[in-house]
Amino acid sequence: MKILNCPLNGPRNITEFVYGGEVKSMPEVGCSDKEWAEYVFYNDNTIRIIQEWWFHSPSGYWFIAERHTASDEILKTYDPSEVFNQRVDFEKQSKPEKETLA
Amino acid sequence: MPFSLLKFGLKNDYPFENDVDLPAPTELKKHYDVVIIGGGGHGVATAYYLAKYHGVTNIAILEKGYLGGGNTARNTAVIRSNYLTSEGVKFYSESVDMFKKLSNEFDFNIMYSSRGQLTLAHTDATIRSFRQRTEVNTHFGGKTELIDPQQIKELVPTLNMNPADMPVLAGLWHIDGATARHDAVAWGYAKGATQRGVELHQLTEVVDVITENNKVTGVKTNRGTVNCGCVVQAVAGHSSIVAAMAGIKMPITTYPLQAMVTQPVKPFLDPLVSSSALHCYVQQTGRGEIVFGGGSDPYPLYNTRSTLDLKESLLASAVEMFPFMANLKLMRQWAGITDMTSDYSPIMGLSPVDNYYLDAGWGTWGFKSTPICGKTMAELVASGGKVPELIAPFSMDRFDEFRQVNEMGATAASH
Repeated sequence: MKILNCPLNGPRNITEFVYGGEVKSMPEVGCSDKEWAEYVFYNDNTIRIIQEWWFHSPSGYWFIAERHTASDEILKTYDPSEVFNQRVDFEKQSKPEKETLA
Repeated sequence: MPFSLLKFGLKNDYPFENDVDLPAPTELKKHYDVVIIGGGGHGVATAYYLAKYHGVTNIAILEKGYLGGGNTARNTAVIRSNYLTSEGVKFYSESVDMFKKLSNEFDFNIMYSSRGQLTLAHTDATIRSFRQRTEVNTHFGGKTELIDPQQIKELVPTLNMNPADMPVLAGLWHIDGATARHDAVAWGYAKGATQRGVELHQLTEVVDVITENNKVTGVKTNRGTVNCGCVVQAVAGHSSIVAAMAGIKMPITTYPLQAMVTQPVKPFLDPLVSSSALHCYVQQTGRGEIVFGGGSDPYPLYNTRSTLDLKESLLASAVEMFPFMANLKLMRQWAGITDMTSDYSPIMGLSPVDNYYLDAGWGTWGFKSTPICGKTMAELVASGGKVPELIAPFSMDRFDEFRQVNEMGATAASH
């Protein structure tokens, strides 16, 4: 049984987790369709250590793992706040649109 | 025949010594009109049809391992066309028709065996989707029917009609469903292609793709560099890696898919049977072995390792369907690497690089499309990039335009 070390719950059986895709940077609000498609569908899908999202299903907790995509070795797991430590202000970015709607 | 056989029987030397199926590898030439990366079923089929129908013979197939040694050797050899979308059904129906004629065309037995394929429904929602698939299939010339539990019992008397306390309510009976010797398909195509002058270079790995002004001019291999007029990429399981050499990013995620086979038993199962709820498909080969497979692994990986948890859950489902199998012994187990797209349809046709053609994203549905894929890719290459109508819906830019071909019928295991 493969064990994944959850930053919140400690070492747990990997069947308790759901894979959530590669960590990618989200394009800005108002990006082109092509940029959005790239963000949603396209992946590096390469052979090396990558950063990816995982979800601990019983506790509803998302975190980031660093895993090698060929050896399946999990090197590190940590809370997303280590990477995403700044507030994303959707409100501010989408303000002009809102004004026209009003 | 008996006379010539007798004549050879009396001779001392083996009569076919100079008549080898696959000519020994030669040195790589400096230039080829077409370089095909990947010597699996799809790659050799493309070369075969290019040589046969389009007179293009200056072709090199570059294979890093051996002929048909990748996913062509690892699939569970299911041939069917009972898909959900009109695009999918049209494409796979033609493939099934071509499979039927392949043994004659090759003069080589691919052991095509038309057994029918049965998918079990355990919920009302599944029956509704089966109804739709039956209609779409019938409309496009496939033979598919919705059958009731009594008919299922008659078809497969050994089936447990209440597996895992989920009663079998109906079945999608695909009369065209079939199986064939997967290796033989690759061998037949390779034999036909090399006889027409195509060069198959095994143990030749492409390490880089050389592009100039958005055009491919050649490929670097572990045996030197070759120039080429165009490149066809047909590398199931490593599509993203090879495409990245040409600077192309793909909408693919790569997962392992595990399968296994039992010791041989007496023939008991004629159709190929799969259950939509148990995520398991079962078939008996001509040798009597029972092959089973299920869904892909739960997370991406470039590794053909096997895991006990997936094997256990798959076997639990198989034993629910056929309880007597609990007494059988497993003989072999293996995994293939599947390039999954998010809409369960392949990626075929043009790429962002001008003369670089893609045949990728074949996930868990590649074997059954081998003939039609070879034929349409050959048309595409021979016409210099005019996309055949049949594969136009599968172009990679469908993702950029948000017009995916949602093919829920793609895997026998999940819907």
